[in-house]
Amino acid sequence: MSGTREAVQRYTIAVLSHLLLVLAWHFFVVLGDVPKIVMPSPWETAKALLVPNYRWIENIAVTAGEIFGGYILAVGSGVVLAMLFSWSRLLEMWLMPLLVSLNMIPKVALGPLIIVWFSYGIGPNILIAFSICFFPIVLTTARGLREVEPDLLDLVRSLHGSRWQIFLKIQLPGALPYIFSGMKVAAVLAVAGAIVGEFLGSDRGLGYLMLQVQVTLDTPAMFMAVILITLIGVVLYGLVLGLERLVLVRDARLG
Amino acid sequence: MSAFIHLAGVRKLYRRGREEFLAVSDVTFDVGEGELVSLVGPSGCGKTTVLKILAGLHPADAGTVRIGSPEHPFDPARDVGMVFQQPLLLKWRRIIDNVLLPAEILGLPMREARERARELLALVGLGGFEAKYPYELSGGMQQRAAIARALVHDPKLILMDEPFGALDALTREKMNLELLRIWRESRKTIVFVTHGIGEAVFLGTRVVVLTAGPARMADNFTVSLPHPRSLDIKTHEDFGAYTRRIYRLLGME
Ligand SMILES: Nc1ncnc2c1ncn2[C@@H]1O[C@H](COP(=O)(O)OP(=O)(O)O)[C@@H](O)[C@H]1O
Ligand SMILES: [Mg+2]
Repeated sequence: MSGTREAVQRYTIAVLSHLLLVLAWHFFVVLGDVPKIVMPSPWETAKALLVPNYRWIENIAVTAGEIFGGYILAVGSGVVLAMLFSWSRLLEMWLMPLLVSLNMIPKVALGPLIIVWFSYGIGPNILIAFSICFFPIVLTTARGLREVEPDLLDLVRSLHGSRWQIFLKIQLPGALPYIFSGMKVAAVLAVAGAIVGEFLGSDRGLGYLMLQVQVTLDTPAMFMAVILITLIGVVLYGLVLGLERLVLVRDARLG
Repeated sequence: MSAFIHLAGVRKLYRRGREEFLAVSDVTFDVGEGELVSLVGPSGCGKTTVLKILAGLHPADAGTVRIGSPEHPFDPARDVGMVFQQPLLLKWRRIIDNVLLPAEILGLPMREARERARELLALVGLGGFEAKYPYELSGGMQQRAAIARALVHDPKLILMDEPFGALDALTREKMNLELLRIWRESRKTIVFVTHGIGEAVFLGTRVVVLTAGPARMADNFTVSLPHPRSLDIKTHEDFGAYTRRIYRLLGME
């Protein structure tokens, strides 16, 4: 199958381009004689993992938990709210403009308040991650649910189909391509949200660790933390892509 | 024998804010069980509106609408099948699963429905295409699948709204012949909306003519051309007489 061969080729090239970036980084630092405190080499960065004090595993788990928690919460409740919008124009007319305004609030500005209200911890950071990626999910899903052929609705209504049936059999599957595009945008935002939360007030997580090692000028550890945060984001994004492939390409919706 | 569909003085107003628009007025005709009635007229004359009233999608503002008779009882929830100008197949479903949609909505036993869907796909000339996706089929084939979908729950009444309007002329003629065959074999009552005058006469056992501005029913006559019909019937002098009669009504002569 030429399809799989092309896919293998694409993945190989993707891996190679990343390796090349690491290589370029390495030679930039080594040949440019850049001080470790400004920019450590990849090797120095990797060595930061050996410092047990930094409790990498625990911090990774905390940050990943915040990102995935806020994200899953946003996807779930966003799709439900969009569904309610598609059922009640009045509800949409009341809530949608409000959501647009609320979404304009910089979440960073909300951070200190959330910490006053809920104190430090994983919960408030999940909340910040949630609040930042909720809106794009609602917006894209609502848009997708609206894209139904009116004649198709008539067909179902002529059979006295319920709106739940319309939602499950026609609207939701039809909206999936939209939902996935919203989920991809939201994946990036969820990572940013969780880290903002950890910067503002936290006693655990990779963002918190970055603040700690900033004080001691442990640049390699900061680099490592950034890389790990990025990796969590890449894993989330990859899961979304995989899910999309599983659901969408098989049914040839894009064909 | 009483008529299967009885419409008398049917009227429909659309309200947009404070404006009212008369879409259909004084539509009166009867359809016998098993008839294929053509509803013809220029666009905007209210054909779709009449179909929607028959489908129970919105009520008439005045007049009588009765479907079903003691001999042929009609259940509004499961005795309507609809076909539109666009096939409106769900892109993410295989052809057979598209055909099964009405059966799912009605909660029919799926094993039997699947069997029936297969038979219907064979009837409409799509045997062997059950597992294809809509994009793998031409426009004409998709419309055949849409016809099978309209038949899957074995409704007594099929409503077709310009079903071949988006097809090229040759495919359209072919589909006309196919529809007559499907109609003969399934023995359904069909209301067929079209703005094609030749198509209306060729298909119909009866033709109802609507006009726009003002919206009203202009004619309702039986087409006494023999069945089964083939394309050469279009050269029959009666065929010409029927089409001229409609052209005249629409002020095109
Ligand atoms: N939902 C609606 N609201 C307002 N006006 C409508 C609506 N549906 C149709 N109309 C108007 O009613 C008239 C008849 O429409 P329709 O039944 O669709 O005609 P046809 O199918 O013969 O083209 C048209 O002038 C159309 O603009
Ligand atoms: Mg119409």
